Amino acid sequence: MIETLAPYVPWLPEELLYLIVTLIKVMVILIPLFVIVAYYTYAERKIIGYMQIRIGPNRVGPKGLFQPFADMFKLMFKEIIIPTNANKYLFIIAPVLAFAPAMGAWAVIPFNDTLVFSNINAGLLYILAMTSLGVYGVIIAGWASNSKYALLGAMRSAAQIVAYEIAMGFALVGVLMAGGSLNLGDIVNAQAGSMYNWFFIPLFPLFIVYFIAGLAETNRAPFDVAEGESEIVAGFHVEYSGMTFAVFFLGEYANMILISMLTALLFLGGWLSPFPSLMGDSILWLFLKTGFFMLLFLWFRATFPRYRYDQIMRLGWKVLIPVTIVWLVVEGIFVYYNVGPWFA
Amino acid sequence: MLESLIFYFFASLTVISAATVVTVRNPVHSALFLVLTFFSTAFIWMLLEAEFLAISLVLVYVGAVMVLFLFVVMMLDINIARIREGFIKFLPVGIALALVMFGLIYYVVSGDQFSLESMPAPVAKSAEYSNTKELGMVLYTEYVFAFEIAAVILLVAIIAAISLTLRRRPGTRYQNPSVQMKVQKQDRLRIIKMEAEK
Repeated sequence: MIETLAPYVPWLPEELLYLIVTLIKVMVILIPLFVIVAYYTYAERKIIGYMQIRIGPNRVGPKGLFQPFADMFKLMFKEIIIPTNANKYLFIIAPVLAFAPAMGAWAVIPFNDTLVFSNINAGLLYILAMTSLGVYGVIIAGWASNSKYALLGAMRSAAQIVAYEIAMGFALVGVLMAGGSLNLGDIVNAQAGSMYNWFFIPLFPLFIVYFIAGLAETNRAPFDVAEGESEIVAGFHVEYSGMTFAVFFLGEYANMILISMLTALLFLGGWLSPFPSLMGDSILWLFLKTGFFMLLFLWFRATFPRYRYDQIMRLGWKVLIPVTIVWLVVEGIFVYYNVGPWFA
Repeated sequence: MLESLIFYFFASLTVISAATVVTVRNPVHSALFLVLTFFSTAFIWMLLEAEFLAISLVLVYVGAVMVLFLFVVMMLDINIARIREGFIKFLPVGIALALVMFGLIYYVVSGDQFSLESMPAPVAKSAEYSNTKELGMVLYTEYVFAFEIAAVILLVAIIAAISLTLRRRPGTRYQNPSVQMKVQKQDRLRIIKMEAEK
């Protein structure tokens, strides 16, 4: 892209041109992401509405299609209230700290063989590091608000995220054992062939554990005790209003889409076609698979009752982590004996 | 040029935030500045093309260790006046320790081991070069025993920590989820026929 642009702007220094091109690439990823986040909230309300035999938002625009924009304008023009005894700087920084890692993680996501913003070797590790940073936003928000409910929510969330991160990390170790690389593009290409080469078959337990851990990491139902409307009002962001609240919201939904896309990339072959004879590999397959997991997020919220807090901890430490450790040993045996088409 | 600019930015950020960790009054702020120190150190390592180390520093120290640190610091009600009581008393010991530390660091850094002759700037590797693979190779071949010993020490620490907290108080009631899951309808529910009340 730099080579094609350079002849048109010969007066521009090369570093500046590089910066501009990079910024354009960032925008190309982030602006569609924001639009998807906006319509994901709309889809959430509509789908859960239909699941509960309601109509959902239907006033703004045809079938309520402009509802996300109405919500956005409302949040933008609302006053940001900072509680009197709150720690002002940290109170403002917290939503940014929750939001920035959720955006940063998208840097290494490959959309197909060539379409990737930053093709780094340690992509998987980078994703793991970025998703583990999101918890700071939650903790700092809870503490800086100087409110009991917010602190309780932050504590719950921190313990939960730390617990499920371990299970998530172990599930990813299984993926990198099977893929033989930390680069996300290489991992997808290692699943090439047909549907039977995808990693969800040999790594089925890890696939399930990863998605459950992802659900818990994003604080979504049935693990949404950090927000727990009926117990601690809204948890860590109870004191936030207007744009500061919206930024938390954006980060959470961007994380949900990220987890969905990672599950599709790591276990379901990303952009690889399930029926190579019918239709070739395409970015559309990636979006279709991601969309399926995004739907699962909403479906779970409409279906499952909230877990009790001690049972969340039990599930994380005593069920998911042992399952992943056992399966890593099993996978080691698979690798040693070159089982199936996956470890040949 | 740009690289050295980035280096000086993050190097000064590291030094300033590290100094702030010990000077700031609020323990939560001090923990957060420690996070910033780790983070900017990771950037410096990234400039050295040690991508695996840089990312795992963020992953392990920032993403896990410091979260637990903050967790504890927030729960404790730390009285700063009490902590400052012995300041004068311990000052000579502190200064002596600081001098010893400084001397050691000065000895190592100014010596031959770290001079530009004995340790030239790293040559930029090609895009194919995988830092992770190289580290893994060395770790599991040359240093495998040291690695295993470190793992065993960590395991001992985990078991020790668990056994310290594993106290079963008499009289507390526990739920057994597997028993709860196995409950059948007829174990708990009895449907009886009753005459209608008049």
